[in-house]
Amino acid sequence: MSSRRFALAAGAIALAAIASPVLAQGAVAAQFRWLTFAVFGVIISITMYVTYVAAKRVKNVADFYAAGGGVSGLQNGWAIAGDYLSAASFLGIAGLISLYGYDGFMYSVGWLVAYITVLLVIAEPCRNIGKYTLSDILAYRNNQKAARIVGALSTITVSTFYLTAQMVGGGVLVKTLIGIDYEISVMVVGVLMLAYVLFGGMVATTWVQIIKAILLVTASILLVILVWTPYGFSLPGFLTAVIGDADVQAQVALLLGDAGKNMSPTELGQRFLEPGLLFKAPIDQISLGMALVFGTAGMPHILMRFFTVPTAQDARKSVIWAMAIIGGFYVLTLFLGMGSAMHVGAVKIKSIDAGGNMAGPLLAQYLGGGPDSMLGNLFLAFVAAVAFATIVAVVAGLVLAAASAMAHDLYVGVIRQDHVSPAEQVRAARIATVVVGAMAITIGILSKGQNVAHLVALAFAVASSANFPCVLLTLFWKRCNTGGIVLGMVVGTLTAIGLVLVSPNLSYPLAVKAAQEKIVAAETANLAKANADLSAATEAPAQDKLKAAIAKSEKAKSAAESRIKEIGSDRTSIVGLEKPAFDLRNPGLISIPLGFLAVILGSLLYRDKRSEDMWDELYVRQNTGLLLAKPVAH
Amino acid sequence: MVDTRGMDWKAIDSRPEFQALHSKKMGFLWGLMIFSLLYYFLLPIGAAYFQDIYKIKVWGPVNVGILFALSEFVVAWALAFVYARRANSVFDPMAAEIVRDAERQMGGRK
Repeated sequence: MSSRRFALAAGAIALAAIASPVLAQGAVAAQFRWLTFAVFGVIISITMYVTYVAAKRVKNVADFYAAGGGVSGLQNGWAIAGDYLSAASFLGIAGLISLYGYDGFMYSVGWLVAYITVLLVIAEPCRNIGKYTLSDILAYRNNQKAARIVGALSTITVSTFYLTAQMVGGGVLVKTLIGIDYEISVMVVGVLMLAYVLFGGMVATTWVQIIKAILLVTASILLVILVWTPYGFSLPGFLTAVIGDADVQAQVALLLGDAGKNMSPTELGQRFLEPGLLFKAPIDQISLGMALVFGTAGMPHILMRFFTVPTAQDARKSVIWAMAIIGGFYVLTLFLGMGSAMHVGAVKIKSIDAGGNMAGPLLAQYLGGGPDSMLGNLFLAFVAAVAFATIVAVVAGLVLAAASAMAHDLYVGVIRQDHVSPAEQVRAARIATVVVGAMAITIGILSKGQNVAHLVALAFAVASSANFPCVLLTLFWKRCNTGGIVLGMVVGTLTAIGLVLVSPNLSYPLAVKAAQEKIVAAETANLAKANADLSAATEAPAQDKLKAAIAKSEKAKSAAESRIKEIGSDRTSIVGLEKPAFDLRNPGLISIPLGFLAVILGSLLYRDKRSEDMWDELYVRQNTGLLLAKPVAH
Repeated sequence: MVDTRGMDWKAIDSRPEFQALHSKKMGFLWGLMIFSLLYYFLLPIGAAYFQDIYKIKVWGPVNVGILFALSEFVVAWALAFVYARRANSVFDPMAAEIVRDAERQMGGRK
C-alpha cells in the first residue's frame, strides 16, 4: 500500500524540518538542542511506526471513523485522556498554579467533574445508538437532513475554534521551547497530524493518543517524585517549603499590590494557598464551570471516542479509566505548579511566557540539574517532546471529528442521501481530512500573534449551549423533535458566539488607551520625583539607583506611548463596540439555559411524526443496547 | 411501531421489566448528577463568599480550601465508582434480560 510509504515520508519531512538549522533562541540552550531533536525523533518515529501498522488495518469506513469498534475500555480510557489533556491543561494549569497558587488548582477541578456528566448521561446512550458522529445521534429520530446539517455545522464550528487555539498554541509552544520558526512549527504539527489521520484513521489516532497520555503521565509522575522526595512525601512539609520561599512571597506581594503592603512574609506565603489571587468575579467562575461540565459532554471529538468501543459496558469502563487518569494527572499538576513556583520562580516563568505555560518544562530542567546540565536539558527535551505529542494527538482527534462531519454527515448523508459505495465513503473521509488539515495549517499560520486563548472558551461555550442540550434532550425527552434540535443548535451557537463577541474577551481600544494613559501619567510622576531626588542625592550608590529607576520609568513610558500611537484613532472593538456590552468572559450562564429553552420551545411549537414514532425505539435501544452491531474482528 | 428488523419497540417499551429499569435508572442517574453539580459549584461559590472558612489552617499550612478542592477529586471518583457498581450489578442484568427476551421473540419471527 503506497499510502504507508507516504506516512513514512511525512515523518521524515517532519524530522528534517525540526532538525533544520534555526536562528531563534528557545528555552533549550543551543549546545543541547541535539538532545531535543533526538527525543523528538524517537517519539515521532514510534508514532509513525504505529501509523504504519495501523494503516494496514484501516480497510473500511468503520475502521477509519471508529477503529472498527474494536478498542477496549482500558485503551479507550487512555485515549480519552490523550484526546482531552491538551497543551492548555497540561502546561496551562501547571502555569496558573505556579503563578496564582490556589485559584489555579481550583480551576483544574471542573475539567475532571465534567466527566461525571459524560459518564452518567452521554457515554453509554451514545454508544448504544450512535455510529460515527454526533449527528448520527441527532438524526436517529429526527429529520435526517435537518439534523445532519445542524449537527455537522456545529461540529465543524466547535472543532475549528478548538483546532485554531491548538495550532496557534502549538506553534508558539514549539517555538518557545526549541526555537523553531512559528510557521515551521505549525506546518510540522499539521503534516504529522495529517499523516496519522489520513493513513491510520481512528486506529492510528487512538494509538497516538494512548502513547501521548502514557508519556504525559509518566513524565508527570517522575517529576512529582523528584520534587516531593526531599519532603518525605508529606503534603504539609512540601507546602511549608513552598510558602516559605522568597520567590513565592514576592509573587503574592506583586499580585496583591497595596493590599499586601502590611503583610509579613509568612502571611504572604500562606496567602498563596488561599483563593482570590486570580479569580475576582465569582459569577464568571460559575459560568466557566458550567461551560466545562456541560461542554465536555458536547465536544464532538470526545463523543466520537465512544463509537470506538464495542459495548456500553466498555464505554462506561473507558470513562472510569479516563477519570482516574485525568483526575490523577491534575492532582500531580498541583505539585508541578507549586514546585515550579518555588524552584523556578514566577519572574523566570513569566520571562519566557507571560501566561505561565513554561512552568512545567522549566521545573523539569531545574530538577534534572539546571539549564547548564545535560540531565536538566534531557528532562526539558522530554517534557517538550511530550508537549509536542500532546498537541499533535489532540489536533488529530479534532481533525477526525471535523472531517467525519464533512464527509459522513454532509457529503454521504445529506448530498448523496446514503447512496455511496463503501470504497467511495473511505475516499470521501480521506479527502475531507486533507481539506480540514490544510484549513488548520492555513488558519494556524494566518493567526500568528493573535490572542487565541478565548477560542478554547468559545469552543466549550458552543458545545455546552448547542450540542449538549440537543444531544441530552433527544436521548431523554420524549417530546423532543427536529424543530427543537434545529432551534436549539441555532440559538445555542449564536448566543454563545454573540455574547463572546460583545464580552470583555475582545480588546477595546478606548480601555487599552485609558490604561496606557494611566501608565504614562504614573511614570511621568515617577520621573519627576526621581529627577528631584537625583538632584538632592549626594552619594554615588543612591544616584546610580535613581538613574536606573529613571531609565526604567522612561522605558515604560515610551512603551505605553507607542501603544497609544498604535491604537491611534481606533475607538471600537472588531464588532464596533466602545466597551463590552456583556460583563461575563464566559457566556455559559446565559447561553446554556437559552440553548435548553430553545430545544424545548422548538419541540413544542413543531410537530414531527418521525420523532414521535422513533422515540420507543431510541429509548429502548439507548438503555439496553439492543441490536448493537457486533465489532468487526480483524 | 414494528420496524424492518422485526422489533416491536412499543411493546418492549411498555413491558414491566423495561419500565422497572427505566424508573430505577432515571432516579439514580439524575440524583447523582444533581449531587455532583451541587458539590462542584459549592467550590467556586465558597471561594468567593466564604473565604474566611477556606483560610482556616488544619494541617500545617494545609487549609480548608485545599482539602475541599482535593475532596472534589475524591467525590468525583467516588460518584463514578458508585455509578459503575450500580450499573454493573443492577442495570446491566436487567437490560441483558430484556435483550434476551426481545432477541428470542425476533428469532421466533424470522
